[in-house]
Amino acid sequence: MPVAVQLLIAIGFVAIMMIASHLLGPKRRTSDKLINFESGIPSIGNARQPMAVKYFLVAILFVLFDVEVIFFYPYAVNFRALGTEGFYAVLMFVAFFFCGFFYIIKKGALKWED
Amino acid sequence: MLLLSIDWIFIIEKVVLILVIILSSFGVAAYATWGERKVAAIMQDRIGPARAGIFGLLQPLADGGKLFFKEEIVPDRSTRTLFILGPALFMVTALMTSAVIPWGPDFTMTIGGTERSVSLQVADINIGILYIFGVVSLGVYGIMLGGWSSNNKFSLLSAIRAASQSISYELAMGLSLIAVLMVTQTLSLREIVGQQHGFWSDGYFTWNFFKQPLAFLIFLVCSFAELNRAPFDMPECESELNMGYHQEYSSMKLGLYLFAEYINMFISSAVLSTVFFGGYNFPWMDQVQAAVPGGLFSIICVTVLMIKVVGFILFFMFIRWTLPRFRYDQLLNLGWKGLIPLALINLVITGGVILFFFNK
Repeated sequence: MPVAVQLLIAIGFVAIMMIASHLLGPKRRTSDKLINFESGIPSIGNARQPMAVKYFLVAILFVLFDVEVIFFYPYAVNFRALGTEGFYAVLMFVAFFFCGFFYIIKKGALKWED
Repeated sequence: MLLLSIDWIFIIEKVVLILVIILSSFGVAAYATWGERKVAAIMQDRIGPARAGIFGLLQPLADGGKLFFKEEIVPDRSTRTLFILGPALFMVTALMTSAVIPWGPDFTMTIGGTERSVSLQVADINIGILYIFGVVSLGVYGIMLGGWSSNNKFSLLSAIRAASQSISYELAMGLSLIAVLMVTQTLSLREIVGQQHGFWSDGYFTWNFFKQPLAFLIFLVCSFAELNRAPFDMPECESELNMGYHQEYSSMKLGLYLFAEYINMFISSAVLSTVFFGGYNFPWMDQVQAAVPGGLFSIICVTVLMIKVVGFILFFMFIRWTLPRFRYDQLLNLGWKGLIPLALINLVITGGVILFFFNK
């Protein structure tokens, strides 16, 4: 509940700041001013072109590994209660984690130089 | 009747606390810009801001005021809604993280004849750490929206860099915290701080830093990357990308991006001090508590936490002006091939050591 209150107040602050600067600032639009700035060179084509696939690969791997990391959280909290048996189970999980990890590294998924 | 059953004083108390926290985050962020310029100046043997007020202390106010009066430019070819949403989202997420940090111990206050225990934490949710992670990852959307909607090649490249950098380091960050959670056995920041009471007990330090130094180191490196700060400021490197994902922004929208970065730095310093450096705890706090009244003790605790936070902010600044920038592939290699395995090994070793040597 207090988090919702904080969210409202934060949105309020941001809205006030944006609206205030919108109202206070001068508005003199010229067509040259509204062109994208690309170091003074006339911009060619649309910026939304295909990007290197490496970045997307990192994002996909992140999703995979983040799910695995999330599995550790409940274990870490209940770690004393689960005792030795739980520890061995997690060791096995870490081993599987490393298997996947070495696989992607050997596959060159994180290699940046061609 | 329903209205009467709501604890109005509780809500007012929380609203006041939230307002104080948000305003002080803005204050700290504003003076962090001043501090950064002063630190840079001193390290480069210059004077730094000196015109506005004594030691240039009014400089942040002048800068902030100036941003309000600047022209807002929304480029023709940008996606307008997302262009406006980007900085707003970034700022809102930056302001939301402070909700779960315990700023000081509870103190009792008499309001309207009844004694109330006032907590200096907005929300004590039992998954505080996960909440912080969730909100911090939402912050990436702010950068990504801003960079993409500008329809500028440099902004887009910078946004994509920022996104893959922060998600890569989030993994190592999450893994490094798990070792700490094994020691604390809870996700609630309030309990984590409670366990670090004082400084020394049972023949060892109580602060998590002394129990998990490696986790602290990994977490610290990751927070540099998450904050897009030097030496990991690839998303904002002027020499390659003109400026960064906020290149097309002007006026207060740019201001929101810049402020939100400093607020993030403030919050992550607070998280670092809370999780690893005992939050508001300090040596001999029991003796101090016995000697002074409750309200004053809370103020002392908040001051101690703020000193730690300022220390971390200064540390972030010293590093920025000391180390050169990494290359992008070096950055991702460090994150994936260095920190993630290191954090996993730390986790396993911590688990083994606790289980076989400290199992009571």
